[in-house]
Amino acid sequence: MKHRNYIILVALLFLASCSSPPGTWGWYVIDPSTKGGWNNIKFLLSGFSATIMLSVLAAVLSIIIGLIVALPGMSQNRLIRLPSRIYIEFIRAVPLLPMLFWVFYGLPVILKSMGLNIPIDPFWGAALTLAISDSAFTAEIYRAGIQSIEKGQTEAARTVGLNYLQTMRYVILPQALRRILPPLANQFIYIVKMSAFASVIGMQELTRRANEVVVSEYRPLEIYSLLILEYLVLVLIISSGVRWLERKMGADQRL
Amino acid sequence: MSDTNSAIEFKGVNKWFDDFHVLKDINLQISIGEKIVICGPSGSGKSTLVRCINSLENHEEGIITVHEKEVGRKTQDGNGSNSDVGMVFQQFNLFPHLTVKENLILGPMKARGLTRKEAESRAMKLLERVKIPEQVNKYPHQLSGGQQQRVAIARSLCMEPKIMLFDEPTSALDPEMIAEVLDVIIDLAQEGITMVVVTHEMGFAKKAADRMIFMDEGMIVETGTPEDFFAKPKTERCKLFLEQILQH
Repeated sequence: MKHRNYIILVALLFLASCSSPPGTWGWYVIDPSTKGGWNNIKFLLSGFSATIMLSVLAAVLSIIIGLIVALPGMSQNRLIRLPSRIYIEFIRAVPLLPMLFWVFYGLPVILKSMGLNIPIDPFWGAALTLAISDSAFTAEIYRAGIQSIEKGQTEAARTVGLNYLQTMRYVILPQALRRILPPLANQFIYIVKMSAFASVIGMQELTRRANEVVVSEYRPLEIYSLLILEYLVLVLIISSGVRWLERKMGADQRL
Repeated sequence: MSDTNSAIEFKGVNKWFDDFHVLKDINLQISIGEKIVICGPSGSGKSTLVRCINSLENHEEGIITVHEKEVGRKTQDGNGSNSDVGMVFQQFNLFPHLTVKENLILGPMKARGLTRKEAESRAMKLLERVKIPEQVNKYPHQLSGGQQQRVAIARSLCMEPKIMLFDEPTSALDPEMIAEVLDVIIDLAQEGITMVVVTHEMGFAKKAADRMIFMDEGMIVETGTPEDFFAKPKTERCKLFLEQILQH
């Protein structure tokens, strides 16, 4: 509880300390008592829903893709393991921004050459790119979590007749989940922040809206300060949610 | 040639862990219903031999058959777990996130297709047999080591195996709990089930074993009935080993 209050305090101090000298700040752009300021605020805050939807969708996809990549990556068989390792090494090496450009501007060219005239929607394009980019890290988190479960668990599951998928589902994953959850939540926070890149392909989320107001009002300091605050609030809500979840899982600790 | 009375058969089996030759030319035949006790110094390959029977380990050379079916060659895929073979581990390996009951019914429901009701009634019968029916809704960590091992035995029996493997079932237990687990295993030995037990509990071996096997450095050095084995061991190594563990 305490340390969250400190973070808010620091954020407020950061804003307050910027208030001198006179003329530096022009808070009128987001002054809710004026009509223009109120409209700007509404426009900026309405980006929350897009950022949240984008992040949640990307996170869900990443959790699914990550598991699909991680499982064969732990096979005893090198040939089964190989595609998973290549995927992880390759995706991890590509920065998000170039990947976004490639998907949004490059992929349609390929699709067209194949006779498919599918436009890439900024929302789906960004969600998919974020998910794929993140899935390499999610896969490694799964691997670490699953491999931390003692080998005896798998062996015991086999001796009572469970096959591989049943062993994963009923024995290994439920135990690994508690160890996987904290780093997975960390990745979710990372996705929320990385979703800002979606602004460059025209996705109307928090950052894009801030950019548009900056262009029309020419008040970058105030708008970007507010933008940072918006992300801060979002991330603080997520991390307190995660802490609640961890406490809840810790309450019926059985290990 | 093959005897239909044979439960487990090793023919010229060799196994390596990288450079370490862990099983050396193992030949062994175990009949249906036979109770075998394997002993020997640590690192002699006893556990590995037992783990080859249910394919937890694969071997490189030779043939292992369980009920006339070949198992566990490296060339085959290692997933061919044989649910006719139950196993009890030194470290119990209960599923810590599941209650005792859930531990017992998981295999019968998922692998054998029993309904929850059928599986639960079978589980309760077996918990009574290992004398801890009152612990049915507890989690493994709430039980003592001896109780946990008895749950593990019941969990194996729930699959109605024809062969039971015990890999040092009492080595991780406090001394006062060893008897309660051995009693359950001796009780089980009264039945027709085939048993292979790795243990250093020689009192148990005298009571339950039909045949003793002494292993050293990956080889079967000596076999015999318990009477012969304890009274007049044929090899020096076996004699020395018995002197050491019977000293106390």
